[in-house]
Amino acid sequence: MRENVLKVENVTMQFGGVIAVDNMNLLVNEKEIVSLIGPNGAGKTTAFNVITGVYAPTNGAVYFRGQKIVENHPQGKMRKLYKGENNGKYTGVLSPTPDRITSLGIARTFQNIRLWKSQTVFDNVLIAKHLRRTSNLFTATFHLNGAEEARMRRETEELLEILELSDVRDELATSLPYGKQRRLEIARAMATKPSLLLLDEPAAGMNPQETDELTAFIGRLRDEFGLTIFMIEHHMDLVMEISDRIYVLDFGKGIAEGVPEEIQNNPRVIEAYLGGAIDE
Amino acid sequence: MDWLSRNLPYLLAGISVGGQYALIAIGYTMVYGILRLINFAHGDIFMVAGLIMVYASASMPMYLSIPLVIVVTVLIGFLVERVAYKPLRQAPRMSVMISAIGVSYLLQNLALYITGGLAQQYPQIPWISDQVLVFGASTKRVTVITPFLTVVLVILLVLLIKKTKIGMAMRAASKDFETSQLMGIKINSVISMTFIIGSFLAAVGSLLFFSNYTSVTPTVGTLPGLKAFVAAVFGGIGSIPGALVGAFIIGICENLVMLLNQYVSFDISNFKDAFAFALLIIILFFKPTGLFGEKQTDKV
Amino acid sequence: MKKTRDVVISVVLIAALLGVLRYMELHISPQSQWAMLLTVLKKGSIYALVAVSMNLLNGFTGLFSLGQAGFMMIGAYTYGILTIPVAQRANVYMYYQGGIVQFALPSILGIVLGGIAAAAFAFLIGIPVLRLKSDYLAIATLGFAEIMKVVFMWDSLGPLTNGSNMLREYPTFKTILYPFIVSGICIAIIVMLINSTYGRAFKAIRDDEIAAEAMGINLAHHKRIAFTVSSFFAGISGALLAMYQTNVQAKSYNSAMTYEILLIVVIGGIGSITGSVISSFLFIACSEWVLRFLDETHRIGEFTVPLMRSGFRKVVFSIIIMVIVLFFRQGIMGTREFSISGIINRLTGKSKKSKGGDSNA
Repeated sequence: MRENVLKVENVTMQFGGVIAVDNMNLLVNEKEIVSLIGPNGAGKTTAFNVITGVYAPTNGAVYFRGQKIVENHPQGKMRKLYKGENNGKYTGVLSPTPDRITSLGIARTFQNIRLWKSQTVFDNVLIAKHLRRTSNLFTATFHLNGAEEARMRRETEELLEILELSDVRDELATSLPYGKQRRLEIARAMATKPSLLLLDEPAAGMNPQETDELTAFIGRLRDEFGLTIFMIEHHMDLVMEISDRIYVLDFGKGIAEGVPEEIQNNPRVIEAYLGGAIDE
Repeated sequence: MDWLSRNLPYLLAGISVGGQYALIAIGYTMVYGILRLINFAHGDIFMVAGLIMVYASASMPMYLSIPLVIVVTVLIGFLVERVAYKPLRQAPRMSVMISAIGVSYLLQNLALYITGGLAQQYPQIPWISDQVLVFGASTKRVTVITPFLTVVLVILLVLLIKKTKIGMAMRAASKDFETSQLMGIKINSVISMTFIIGSFLAAVGSLLFFSNYTSVTPTVGTLPGLKAFVAAVFGGIGSIPGALVGAFIIGICENLVMLLNQYVSFDISNFKDAFAFALLIIILFFKPTGLFGEKQTDKV
Repeated sequence: MKKTRDVVISVVLIAALLGVLRYMELHISPQSQWAMLLTVLKKGSIYALVAVSMNLLNGFTGLFSLGQAGFMMIGAYTYGILTIPVAQRANVYMYYQGGIVQFALPSILGIVLGGIAAAAFAFLIGIPVLRLKSDYLAIATLGFAEIMKVVFMWDSLGPLTNGSNMLREYPTFKTILYPFIVSGICIAIIVMLINSTYGRAFKAIRDDEIAAEAMGINLAHHKRIAFTVSSFFAGISGALLAMYQTNVQAKSYNSAMTYEILLIVVIGGIGSITGSVISSFLFIACSEWVLRFLDETHRIGEFTVPLMRSGFRKVVFSIIIMVIVLFFRQGIMGTREFSISGIINRLTGKSKKSKGGDSNA
């Protein structure tokens, strides 16, 4: 049995009177490609935001490789929880801030592209390399980290090469067409050296040809780079072609789970969502 | 009775100056509610109102100069918005804030030029500058009427916002700027109206304030302005009752510092002015949205 | 090879600049109308440092802080307190029996400690304040500067700060080269920081905080670094300003000073180091020298030029600033940088892609 990478346990996220995610449970195993689908407003992005620590959930917990990274306790309680284990060392994140979760090896892209606007394509990826630095403020300022800096730049070039963005490396990130911006977001996420990649609608706004390329590329990410992938996507062709398993969310509730064939034939899913989409 | 007559003036002064801060604070809180802008120039509008009074009263009778002060101050407030903020409607927030600081700098330098850098003596306004006795404590009548006048003006303002059409437009604009624009609200007239009301209250505030602190200098508006802003933040920015409560708390606490100063061995009167900022840092740390503010979450 | 060329050119230019400055200092007599130029250069170099330090925060990290004057004041006071010669202390601290500090440190050490003291205060104040969003941060830092001013003038701290009396009699600089060299080194360090991986992280925070955090950049940590480093250099510039003005008084480090520094940054271009430097000299030159004539009454025959009298200069000046703020929001430089090699490349007709740099730079 493969190790489970991500486990979401009874997560509920409530904003005032609105329950965006209602008692969600899901599992993503090592080197799987798992998709999360559902109609607009079903709570998919909220689920991502809970996993990456943007929101602290109203209830429930999230585990990454068996280690609890997010839970609903207020911070004070959480601090205590971690302090007791392993002779007072913090075994996990102290509070679920997104940067700490990223440093554990979870990286994400954004549905409404959030590239650094005034930076070039190259710098967008290079900046994300900052996380894995070994230099400190002093050595970095006085440029005593030449070897590391050179390595960062080399790895950035490699990533741009892989995502076929080398030709636009000196362009401003926001001047790129939509499809390339999405690819750049993936490149940037990969620069943080994740083992789990969360993709939020990676094919949104892409034409059919770009979508096909993306489908192939996501497969490569798993096969060549050994990444586990969890993604939100509306493009059913893409989802059905590459997903190992699919979770379906409707009004914040998980309504179905299974391999693509099961989902395609699940009456509840068809009723909630696919009914419209199949007609396309 | 002796104890009362010794300590009461501090409390009265606190309530009074609190009312004056409240009148300034409403200008901040309304502008912030709609434009999300700290109008750094608002304190200087208040100062300009004081200067106009100085010059107006020198050449015309009081019953003319008081309305003139109010009209001219409102006009300046309106013009500042049209000239310095309106062109920057689509610009980043930082640019508008810098423009506000620029206006503040300009008004101060203009005042410096006109006054020649000398402190100007504020005129005695008949009746409100008279001395009265309250429980054996002597004070100016303005001290007593300020809180009442403030509360009356605030009630009128709240009625205006709740009952009239322009008030409804203001509420809509402060809830959601873009949508209210799409719904056909003339956003520019709403914003102008906000500045007109804010400047009007600042002008009234300056009449009351300078009747007590009778010297007008180019930088006199800075500190009351900042304190009024703190009051607005303390009460929850965007909330008019919040600004009122916040201003009274700051005014009273400041004067309590002065009261306490009588009883401690070392001099703490300097900290009167620092109090508001200490309060600001504390409130922002524990409840960044203020007493009556609404919670906001960033959308990712 | 190109890099060596740039280094050689830079060294030559810096040496030439210092040589010219020294020459001017030795040959311009205090009575000549050019004497003002030296004043402008001295004060300008000090303001350049504080403007660049503010730009590091406001322009490169996107933190709208208005505490610069407060941190300068801390630097200035630290310098004054630590360097007044023991023999002069009884005289300076005449109301406080000579004060409690009874030693004097060398000048350069005083400057560095001025920076460290400002940085230490910034570190502490940053813990609550840096959690705030843009305009709240502005007002909280401004408020902090006000509080510090009051604390420094507090009578009970008189033995340390001399209360509301001024500090004086401490060592000042003898040559114009001093502020230029100190400021130059400090600005060079800030530039190196901005070009390092940390500087890139700052820019990411400025462009999109949420994305920066999602890519593993610890917001609190990096904002604190930017805030502390910026305050360190503001403290150093405060110490230099104290040397230039030959006395320190808390009340002159007011919000108007912060506003002036902010306006310098805006005129130069938010996000441009060279812009801040150029605009510092321009700003000081205009306010101290070039526009002076506006303050004087002029007569052409019988006709007295209207409006022109004391204070008019500042009015004209603020109108110019408003025009820049409203119509030239990019400032002089925008976010571009002025560079010697860029000019040489343009002159020799070589065009180089401006950003991104070569991969082994």
